[in-house]
Amino acid sequence: MTSSEFLTSRRMFLGLAGTALAAVTANAPARAARTKTSARVVIIGAGAAGTALVNRLVQRLDGAQITVLDARKEHLYQPGLSLVAAGLKPASYTVSQTTDWLPQGITYFNEAAAGIDPLTQKVTTSSGKSIYYDFLVAAPGLVLDHDAIEGFSLDLVGTNGIGALYAGPEYAAKTWVAASRYTEEGGVGLFTRPGTEMKCAGAPLKHAFLIDDIARTAGNAGKTEIIYAANNDSLFGVPIVSEKVRMLFGDRGIKPVYSHVIKSIDPGARRATFSTPEGETELDYDYLHVIPPQRAPDVIRQSGLSWADKWTDQGWVEVDKQTLRHLRYPEIFGLGDVAGVPKGKTAASVKWQVPVVEDHLVAAIEGREGTAAYNGYTSCPLITRVGRAMLVEFDYQNNLTPSFPGVIAPLEELWISWLMKEVALKATYNAMLRGKA
Amino acid sequence: MKELTLETLIAVFEEIFGGGLFWAIVIVAALVTLAYLYVLIRDRSMSMRKFLLAQLSMPFGAIAAVLFVQVMTNSGFSDVGGPIDLIVLLGVAVVGAIGIAVLVYTLQSLMRRSPG
Repeated sequence: MTSSEFLTSRRMFLGLAGTALAAVTANAPARAARTKTSARVVIIGAGAAGTALVNRLVQRLDGAQITVLDARKEHLYQPGLSLVAAGLKPASYTVSQTTDWLPQGITYFNEAAAGIDPLTQKVTTSSGKSIYYDFLVAAPGLVLDHDAIEGFSLDLVGTNGIGALYAGPEYAAKTWVAASRYTEEGGVGLFTRPGTEMKCAGAPLKHAFLIDDIARTAGNAGKTEIIYAANNDSLFGVPIVSEKVRMLFGDRGIKPVYSHVIKSIDPGARRATFSTPEGETELDYDYLHVIPPQRAPDVIRQSGLSWADKWTDQGWVEVDKQTLRHLRYPEIFGLGDVAGVPKGKTAASVKWQVPVVEDHLVAAIEGREGTAAYNGYTSCPLITRVGRAMLVEFDYQNNLTPSFPGVIAPLEELWISWLMKEVALKATYNAMLRGKA
Repeated sequence: MKELTLETLIAVFEEIFGGGLFWAIVIVAALVTLAYLYVLIRDRSMSMRKFLLAQLSMPFGAIAAVLFVQVMTNSGFSDVGGPIDLIVLLGVAVVGAIGIAVLVYTLQSLMRRSPG
């Protein structure tokens, strides 16, 4: 290469670098001026939803008195629990400290909300503090009603062939103890899901797929018989996904039974009793995965914020499904798992819900109407074996809403979807917590 | 993904590697690139002998990059399920190949200045 040729290419290089720099500058979002206010905002819950919202609010509001309540010191990265329960990550992968994620300049109380009075706009904490609010965001998450399953207790997890990965990092790790023994010894594996609304409806399927795959890789596929007990007549709430899962189950030899909701277990005899439309039926197991019924926390149900005519046994907050604003108390929002909307209850839904609540809350403080709307977006990297997943994304209408149409097919088992779950998801989640994504 | 801006991407990469390591990687990559440009400008030509060794190292860089990604993500070649997976796999290989070629060329040039 002569020096003149090189000069040409150097000029070209500089030109390219300049273009790239210009692109970067153009991409940087314009920061809106912060709104001056003295509004009192209370956020109940410092999980994915509460934390992401408070980090965005402090960037939007100047002078607001923001109070965050959460009784748990640890922040849990819940999308990681299905990896922990398959021995792919340690329990510590999902645990951080709540205070690590909270911004400066807010008040945080490490206690639960014990009462909400929407008429006097007051929250009472578990230690008896009274906190008055102008705006309240209810994001306490949900509670797992383990007691609803007769004969089951969390002490059993990890022993007697019982797993329960939803119960937290420690129980997810114990679930792997029981599940890994099953992948060696074989027998009947019984995978259940509750009859209520639930967090991440893909997780029961993922656990079944993963344990099946791990047994297969260990050369024990011949010894296992895997049964998936669906709570109604489908395997997933979105019909087209349900059909795809049915085909995959056929391929893997996983046997679905429909309209089976677990009611009680006999751990000694390793027998589970299910309610079905035809009455009760019993199934024997060598490994049982339990996911209990899920409901709004008592403080929500007792404060009169729940729907009166929907999900009456579960108590989700009565909100508009587009704005997430309470239908009777406009200064209250329901966000995350507790929101009474027909889809959601995943971290990906939170990512889409938080900017909507932020928009309407800031608009209300400024005395105008917000414009953002939540379309029900829910996403689930549905793991179908170690190394592959389907990136399933959908909305209220059960439409598939692929983020990368034509590139990442939603109903195809792909390595890239697995890579997203394994590598990029926690990173995206953490960026969301910091209010950056 | 709601919006994929450069800021989001940087935030995601910071989370993957940790803020310190991520920017360290960026700085190392930038330094190697600068060093490469420096030797090109200094020598006013590509040395074909150095370039040959750099080219010979490329398959090793490609394979190392692919294996690294697979080990880090509990996956293997049999998990490639569709065209995009193959593209990602080849992309990783190409990045590894180019990365090591630039590195090998630059290191040779910095260590000895031969007219080759």
